[in-house]
Amino acid sequence: MSRVVRIAAGQGFWGDWLEAPRRQVEGGPIDYLMLDYLAEVTMSILQKQMQRDPLAGYARDFITQMEGVLPAVLDARGVRVVANAGGVNPRGCANALLEMARGAAGHEKLRVGVVTGDDLLPRIDELIDAGHAMANMDTGAPLASVRDRVLSANAYVGAPPIIEALDRGANVVVTGRCTDTALILAPLMHEYRWPVDDWDRLASGIVAGHIVECGAQSTGGNCAYDWSTIPDLENIGFPIVEVAEDASFVVTKHPGTGGRVDVHGVTEQLVYEMGDPKQYFTPDVIADFTTIRIAADGKDRVRVFGVHGAPPTDMLKVSIAYRDGYKAVGTLVYAWPDALAKAKEADRIIRARLEKLGLSFDLIYTEYVGATATHGPLAAIPADLPEVQLRIGVRGNDRKAIERFTREIAPLVLTGPPGVTGYAGGRPKIEEVVAYWPALVDKSVIAPSVSILTT
Amino acid sequence: MKIRLLDIAHARSGDKGDTANVGVIALRDEWYPILVRYVTRERVAEHFREVIKGKVERFELPNLFALNFLLHGALGGGGTVTLRTDAQAKVYSSATLRMVFDVPDAEARAAKLPEYRP
Repeated sequence: MSRVVRIAAGQGFWGDWLEAPRRQVEGGPIDYLMLDYLAEVTMSILQKQMQRDPLAGYARDFITQMEGVLPAVLDARGVRVVANAGGVNPRGCANALLEMARGAAGHEKLRVGVVTGDDLLPRIDELIDAGHAMANMDTGAPLASVRDRVLSANAYVGAPPIIEALDRGANVVVTGRCTDTALILAPLMHEYRWPVDDWDRLASGIVAGHIVECGAQSTGGNCAYDWSTIPDLENIGFPIVEVAEDASFVVTKHPGTGGRVDVHGVTEQLVYEMGDPKQYFTPDVIADFTTIRIAADGKDRVRVFGVHGAPPTDMLKVSIAYRDGYKAVGTLVYAWPDALAKAKEADRIIRARLEKLGLSFDLIYTEYVGATATHGPLAAIPADLPEVQLRIGVRGNDRKAIERFTREIAPLVLTGPPGVTGYAGGRPKIEEVVAYWPALVDKSVIAPSVSILTT
Repeated sequence: MKIRLLDIAHARSGDKGDTANVGVIALRDEWYPILVRYVTRERVAEHFREVIKGKVERFELPNLFALNFLLHGALGGGGTVTLRTDAQAKVYSSATLRMVFDVPDAEARAAKLPEYRP
């Protein structure tokens, strides 16, 4: 059999199954483990954490999970780990990892590559002054219009700095904001030395990354196709790609694990979070998803090949988060008989009381869970529901108004329709709204840098 | 003949800002042309007219026997801003599969489509 590079995915988001990374290194042979922790707004949460504690600002789960993974990195297996766990503090993350590793056998072999340079927060004013508007890709508004409320700003960097870290002998690479797909593409480019303008092979690596970046969503998790027959989900295996030198690959999972890898399930993941399929933009290549060929390749094996790509643009995507007011959501449960009618009456009462108080909100939004919350007016509501949850939320810039709203839910228990329960959770919590601002910036202003740290 | 999308396709959905994406995949490869012909941008926009605020875009992926829809203004402001339960468009997939449409009997029988009888 010709050579393949085996890359396992062990985390699809921050908060994913804690067991998965260890299971990926113990379940069978792999060359690389990739761990994706960063969703669009994760960076702002981490930025807030670092403001409170300068040593924080990264995905702490990573350190816990690496306790189970580290033996495979340091012993004869030599698994290498690529993770965007660094958040807004990749160096702090690397130091915490080194600290944790110091007691471990063979820790002197640990070489942690740290990728920085994605964080634009300290550079925003300089960039705006230099003419980089970083206009909102959805609305066209310039970033200057929300400048004073910005919490985090990070460019999505591509594969090159991760490749450099691997070339320099890192066996764990910790990055800040990079594209999820670069976590897969970089090890492949490091192993196979694909030319940086071999667009088709690069695009195939991106497709591999897209398939596994959401963890078990490609191995039977959240799979709509014939879902009730997917076996042993409590023991689900996370995805592994076996990538050949020509960049074609097989999606699979470790033997003995649950879930299912088939053409239908992998196709569901391919179309997940997709825009224009002909132009899947990354900093490394533009992949054309309409060229993907996919075929069954035995039990729990799907082969992907034929992918075409095109040169990337000169721009990088920037993910910016900014403060945008407050919100709170309260709930009450109404029981049979007339559950929905009672919940609707309670909603009317709350709104009338808020209005009488003279409070104004940007939005008051009501759902009736059990009747309208998921499909809204598209679903026919059966008569005689056993229960309905009233779920009412408010949003606005006036924190005092939001605070007052949180005190208007519980009184309904004694002052509204009968048959109400489910209020034991107490007053709704006020949350600061962190809004997302997608923008582009010239590639030329981002210069990622790599350093290698040891114990 | 009435056909319900749930009976001939499966789907997965996700979010990007205030836009939902819904990938609709034929349950059998030979049903893909039915999706192309009947699950049009206009029909999907009509299906969601009370639910979304923006326009609908459709893209074809004949290689995967799939269509991709972008539903703009679908999330009440987007993931972190919205007050909705479905903040990240996870159930737009099944909401899409609720669509029911007419296919001429001869064509439906030739393609062996399952008839929808509510």
